[in-house]
Amino acid sequence: MDTQISDTRITDTLAGFDVERVRADFPILSRTVHDRKGRPGKPLVYLDSAASAQKPRQVIDAMTRFLEEDYSNIHRGVHFLSQTATDQFEEARRKVARFLNAPSERNIVFTRSATEAVNLVAHSYGRTFLSEGDEIIVSVMEHHANIVPWQLLQMEKGIRIRVVPVDEHGVLDLDAYEDLLSDRTKLVAMTHCSNVLGTVTPAKIIARMAHERGVPVLFDGSQAAVHGVVDVQDIDADFYIMTGHKLYGPTGTGVLYGKYDLLKRMPPYQGGGDMIESVSFEGTTFKAPPARFEAGTPAITEVVGLGVALDYMERLGREAIAAHEHDLLQYATQQLSQIDGLRIYGTAPGKGPIISFTLEGVHPHDLGTIVDQYGVAVRVGRHCAEPLMDRFGVGATARASFALYNTRAEADALVDSVIAVKEFFGA
Amino acid sequence: MMDELRELYQEVILDHGKNPRNFRHPDDANREAKGENPMCGDRFMVYLKLKDGVVEDVAFQGRGCAISTASASMMTEVVKGKTEAEAKALFETFHDLCTKDDHEHGDHGPVDEDAMERLMVLSGVRQFPVRVKCATLAWHAMNAAIEGEDKASSE
Repeated sequence: MDTQISDTRITDTLAGFDVERVRADFPILSRTVHDRKGRPGKPLVYLDSAASAQKPRQVIDAMTRFLEEDYSNIHRGVHFLSQTATDQFEEARRKVARFLNAPSERNIVFTRSATEAVNLVAHSYGRTFLSEGDEIIVSVMEHHANIVPWQLLQMEKGIRIRVVPVDEHGVLDLDAYEDLLSDRTKLVAMTHCSNVLGTVTPAKIIARMAHERGVPVLFDGSQAAVHGVVDVQDIDADFYIMTGHKLYGPTGTGVLYGKYDLLKRMPPYQGGGDMIESVSFEGTTFKAPPARFEAGTPAITEVVGLGVALDYMERLGREAIAAHEHDLLQYATQQLSQIDGLRIYGTAPGKGPIISFTLEGVHPHDLGTIVDQYGVAVRVGRHCAEPLMDRFGVGATARASFALYNTRAEADALVDSVIAVKEFFGA
Repeated sequence: MMDELRELYQEVILDHGKNPRNFRHPDDANREAKGENPMCGDRFMVYLKLKDGVVEDVAFQGRGCAISTASASMMTEVVKGKTEAEAKALFETFHDLCTKDDHEHGDHGPVDEDAMERLMVLSGVRQFPVRVKCATLAWHAMNAAIEGEDKASSE
C-alpha cells in the first residue's frame, strides 16, 4: 500500500472558525497522556466525543462559581439563595428551549440522561397509551437506550417492536418504514443521528409519514443535537431527546422535549418531592409538566452548567461548528480511505462526524490499545448498538468521532497511528 | 511506550492470535461454556472432554482480539491432559499473574511450572488493566465448563 499520505495533506483550516482559539477554552486538551517518570508522553488526541465531549472552561468556571456563590436547592424555600438558584436553573430551561426552538420552556423536562428520558416516555406514555398488539417502530441503528426501554414495555404489555433496516451505506430504508407503518403503530422511536454510522435520518419526513397516520414520533437526538441545528417545531417532533454531556455540558443532564398536549396527558414517571401540588393520604395531586416529571432534587449545578454549554455553542455558531466538523469528517475519511484493508462503516450522504472502521487482520480492541499509546483516544467495541453490528456482520469496530475542538492535524495523528498498527501486526 | 506494547504483544501472542491452536469443536466434547465480554464483543465457546477427572481434550471457537485469542489458544495447550484440580490451579495462578503483583500471588495448590513459564508472555496485560478481561476470558469459560456451568460468570 501507499503510506505516503502526508504528501496529500492539506492543513488549511476553514476560514472563520479559529479552532486554536476554541481549543484554548478546553483545559484538558493541553494535557499529555502516558507520561513516564516525569517525561511528558503524547499529546492527547481526543476522538471520542461521541461517547462524551470535553468541557470548556466557561462551563467549568460557571459551575464552580454557582457552587461558590449561588448554590441552594430550588423550587422551595423563600430565602435569597433558593430564589437565586431557582432563577438560574429555570434560565437554563429557557436556554434549552431556545436551543431546540421549542415553543416554550414548559416543553422541556430535565432528566439525568438521554437514557432516562427514553425510559420516562416508555413508562409514562408507553404504559398509559399502548397495549397488547400495538407496535413501536425503531431503526436497526438505535443505541441500546432506544431499544431496551421498549423491550421492557414489550415484556409488560405484549407490544411489538418493528425494525426499519438500513442499506449498505447506512441509509434508512424509507420504503420499509412506510410498509411498517400501520393501524397498529402507536409510536415511532428513531435516532436522529446514528452513534455508529453517523447517518442523519430524515426526521421531518419520518415525522410527516407517521403523523399522516396519527402516530407520534420520538427522536433520539443524542448525537444530532451536537452536530447541527435542531428545530423541533420544523421537524414537528412529538418528543425529542438529547443529553448534556455530549453537548460540552456536564453529566447528569438529559433533556426531554415534548409537545405540551402530550406531556399534559402523561402520568408522572417517578413520585416524590417537587412534582406534586398537594399530598395527603386521601389523594395526591400532581403539578403540570414539566415539574410533574421532575421528582426529587435535580442536578442543579449541572443543569446550570448545561445552559452555559449551550451558550458556548451558540456563541461559536452552530452552523460554523457543523461546517468545521464536516470538514474534519471529509478530510479524515479521505485520509483513512487510503489505508489498505481499512473499511469504513456508514457512508450515508450528509452524515455526522463519526467514522466507524475496521482494519483487516486486526481486532478493533487491539487497534484501540495501540493507537492509545500514540495518545489517540478512540472508542472500540459494539458502541451500545449490537443489532447494528450484527446487521453489518462485524463483532466490533473502532470509532473516531470529531467535535468542534478537533483539528486536521489530529485526523493526521489518527491516520499515522492506524498505519503504525498495521505495521505492528504486519497486516 | 513501544516497550510496553512489545511486552503486551510479544511474537508468541501475535502468532497464537493469528493461528490459534485447537480452534475447533470436538465431536466428543462433553462440557462447554461460553465466555463473553460485552464491552468489546469478544465471544468464545470453550469445549472440554472430561474423562475420569482428566481433561482429555480442550478446544475453543469464537472471535476475539489478539490477546484473548492467544490466551485461549495457549490455554488449550497447557490444560490438555491435566486433572480438573490441576486445570483449576492453573486458572487461579494465571489469574493472579494477570491481575496481581508477584508478592500478592496466592497458593492455589501444585501447579505446572513449565506451563506457567509459557504463560508468562501474557503477563504484560497487567500494565493494561482494561485488557485483563481479554487475557482471562477463555480461562473463565474453561473454569466454568469444569464446574458444569454453561457460561462464565462475569467478574
